[in-house]
Amino acid sequence: MPVKRAEKTPMPVRDPEVRAHDFKEVNDGYTIFHAAFEAERCLRCQDPVCVEGCPVGIPIPDFIHAVAIGDMAGAARILRGANPLPAICGRVCPQETQCEERCSLGTRLVPVAIGHLERFVADWERTQAPAAPLRPTRPKKIAVIGSGPSGLVCAGELARLGYPVTVYEALHAPGGVLRYGIPEFRLPKAILDWEIGVLKGLGVEIVCNVVIGKTLPLDDLFSRLGYTVVFVGTGAGLPQFLGISGEDLNGVMSANEFLTRVNLMRAYDFPETDTPVNVGKRVAVIGAGNTAMDAARTALRMGAEEAMIVYRRSEKEMSARVEEYGHAIEEGVRFHWLTSPLEVVGSADGWVTGLRCQKMQLGEPDRSGRARPVPIPGEEVTIPLDNVVLAIGTTPNPLLTRTTSGLLTTKEGCLVADEETGRTPKPLVFAGGDAVTGAATVILAAGAGKRAAHAIDEALAARG
Amino acid sequence: MARIVEARRLTPVTKLFRLDAPLIAAAAKAGQFVMLRVREGGERIPLTIADYDRAAGTLTIVVQEVGATTKRVCALEAGDEILDVVGPLGTPVDIAPGGHACAVGGGFGSAALLCLMKELRARGDTTTAIVGARNKDLLILTDELRAICTSVEICTDDGSAGFKGFVTQRLAQLIAGEGPGRPDTVVAIGPMVMLRAIAETTREAKVKTLVSLDPLMVDGTGMCGGCRVIVGGQTLFACVDGPIFDAHEVDFAVGMRRSKQYVRQEKEAVERLACAATPALVEAR
Ligand SMILES: Cc1cc2nc3c(=O)[nH]c(=O)nc-3n(C[C@H](O)[C@H](O)[C@H](O)COP(=O)(O)OP(=O)(O)OC[C@H]3O[C@@H](n4cnc5c(N)ncnc54)[C@H](O)[C@@H]3O)c2cc1C
Ligand SMILES: Cc1cc2nc3c(=O)[nH]c(=O)nc-3n(C[C@H](O)[C@H](O)[C@H](O)COP(=O)(O)OP(=O)(O)OC[C@H]3O[C@@H](n4cnc5c(N)ncnc54)[C@H](O)[C@@H]3O)c2cc1C
Ligand code: SF4
Ligand code: SF4
Ligand code: FES
Repeated sequence: MPVKRAEKTPMPVRDPEVRAHDFKEVNDGYTIFHAAFEAERCLRCQDPVCVEGCPVGIPIPDFIHAVAIGDMAGAARILRGANPLPAICGRVCPQETQCEERCSLGTRLVPVAIGHLERFVADWERTQAPAAPLRPTRPKKIAVIGSGPSGLVCAGELARLGYPVTVYEALHAPGGVLRYGIPEFRLPKAILDWEIGVLKGLGVEIVCNVVIGKTLPLDDLFSRLGYTVVFVGTGAGLPQFLGISGEDLNGVMSANEFLTRVNLMRAYDFPETDTPVNVGKRVAVIGAGNTAMDAARTALRMGAEEAMIVYRRSEKEMSARVEEYGHAIEEGVRFHWLTSPLEVVGSADGWVTGLRCQKMQLGEPDRSGRARPVPIPGEEVTIPLDNVVLAIGTTPNPLLTRTTSGLLTTKEGCLVADEETGRTPKPLVFAGGDAVTGAATVILAAGAGKRAAHAIDEALAARG
Repeated sequence: MARIVEARRLTPVTKLFRLDAPLIAAAAKAGQFVMLRVREGGERIPLTIADYDRAAGTLTIVVQEVGATTKRVCALEAGDEILDVVGPLGTPVDIAPGGHACAVGGGFGSAALLCLMKELRARGDTTTAIVGARNKDLLILTDELRAICTSVEICTDDGSAGFKGFVTQRLAQLIAGEGPGRPDTVVAIGPMVMLRAIAETTREAKVKTLVSLDPLMVDGTGMCGGCRVIVGGQTLFACVDGPIFDAHEVDFAVGMRRSKQYVRQEKEAVERLACAATPALVEAR
């Protein structure tokens, strides 16, 4: 094995003291020198195990080699062939549990920065002239419900295959969680808009302000509007609450509400924009996933003096991306591990004043193998607060399934669909993404959208 | 985008709009609402579907000016476009057929009763509308209601038209057997204080009472939980489980408190709009 530098080429980042007060992107991105330097570290393994860790099977060594020899156009072509949202996944994929976890360099040294390189190539691609628009060549129309990553990718693949595709979105702007959930400082909206522009160039039509199941029944897409196939990518947008006392107090919000007010409705620009958001001096976010980190870091940017994470398990069980956790620490987010909320306490006029919590310790492993948190008898704390944001998970929104016959759901509310093809029990209805898996990741949703597109193509070819 | 085909001032603070929105008009049912946005960066606000015309593909809403966004909407005229309109959202009202339904409206609420009264009348129910205002100049759409209801009861605080007193007092009289008589179901739309008063009026007499709640909303599709209300001790999302709930189960105290979460910012927005009155209104068009 040739000798390789041990460390990843660091991602240039903005000063935490500055960036914690604005919404500009945290990571500056590699320059061409960083990229070439990092690409050199890849061993171009005979048996590239990294690829097995990528849900969409990007030919990782090939695109990295193209970067190493300065063939950016080639690298971009390879990437886009496998992953239709490279600029987004390069930023938000939990690489450390996917491609980079498998990387063979990682056994002795630090894995290749596959995500950073992916982002670099995709950003380079955005500086190039857009591809010429495509015209649909096939007669069968396809409707996609939901414009999150699963829907966008499914639509894009189908358009590339020549189908006329319409995406129906309930909100006034497309993108799903990429628009209303993941903040600007991690995923600039300009990138999402560019990707949506690419899809439009492929001929995809996006219709916002249509809630399938309310504005139009799903079956009308077939019977009245003449679509042959429907893909459901409606996500897992229904926020969970803890059911503890005080959750109805003024100043308690779901992370979805908090982030939607700030991201989709641009509350950071209030009163230039019209939607406000309440952020007091001390904000606690309950949970420790990506959503929780985003909410805590957003609270800082909205002027909170202190933002903290309250989590009933320990740091080890946290599900946030490592990079986000690191950035949150740098920006001054505080962490209360092994702290389980018992009650939101409030003032006489109904505003949050604190969170009463039970201190926990790690006990025997539970069925999932994670150490189960158990209460330490008699150890309670009350954290003084102005806001509580709940980021304890989401489940699929039942709106569509309640109003559509023939679709099945699991007891968790997830749509029943074949994992490989996205086929549901309802004829010619396919599904993928968080609506099927429950809250997961962008790349899993994108992968499901892509596989479904090809399964749809096959199904239509078979029908002739 | 939805084009305004008709805009008509009803009172100094309320305005009726008919919108060209064929998809929504085709699916709308009484009790549902739409969310609209009038400018880039604008708020999404919920408005009850007052009426719909499936043949013409139009939707009627009545907007009462209370803050910045409703003022912006009310500055629009026929021919203008509304940036975003989405709906119909929420669950339609569900009333057992064949009885006497009495609808009570306050403020924009009297208008929001139109399609409900039409739907109930069309299937043969007996319908009474009780509408109230401070004085007769503030009453809205009474002729339209007369045309579609079995009877219309008018109440004014000063007695300048109809019954002198509050809608709740007239409702109590009906429950006692006066006028069109005791209703089997009461449906009320209007400000939460009025809804609570109605719930109290009908509680003892055990008249089934439905109220359309108007909590703060963001998306209107069940995604944010900002609209949560407590009904029968359970937390429900008004935008999908409602907005219509059993009045005797609603926790109005929590509902009213939660509605006030943004009073400070709302005031700021209105003051700002007033300062910038002309340009902002021009921009809204
Ligand atoms: C705050 C936050 C941070 C995250 N961070 C990361 C991260 O760093 N990395 C990562 O990989 N993943 C992250 N995730 C998870 C990731 O965003 C999701 O797994 C992914 O977006 C799911 O994609 P989807 O296409 O299934 O659905 P969504 O993105 O949820 O999109 C669904 C869309 O469908 C629309 N819709 C729903 N019902 C209807 C209907 N009836 N009619 C019309 N439209 C409808 C919705 O409005 C929405 O726009 C994060 C999630 C959140 C909330
Ligand atoms: C399901 C539903 C249906 C509705 N239907 C209609 C309708 O048909 N016509 C109509 O005019 N309005 C209706 N509303 C109320 C309307 O949505 C609000 O008036 C509007 O959002 C206010 O926006 P704004 O920016 O103009 O005022 P804001 O600046 O948001 O508020 C200004 C003032 O009004 C108060 N206020 C705000 N929202 C409410 C509310 N929901 N209830 C009581 N007081 C409030 C505030 O506390 C503040 O003092 C409905 C609300 C809901 C939830
Ligand atoms: S898409 Fe995600 S998992 Fe696949 S190579 Fe890129 S960063 Fe890794
Ligand atoms: S496993 Fe690591 S070193 Fe090997 S090809 Fe993949 S990225 Fe390169
Ligand atoms: S308004 Fe967001 S869930 Fe009801």
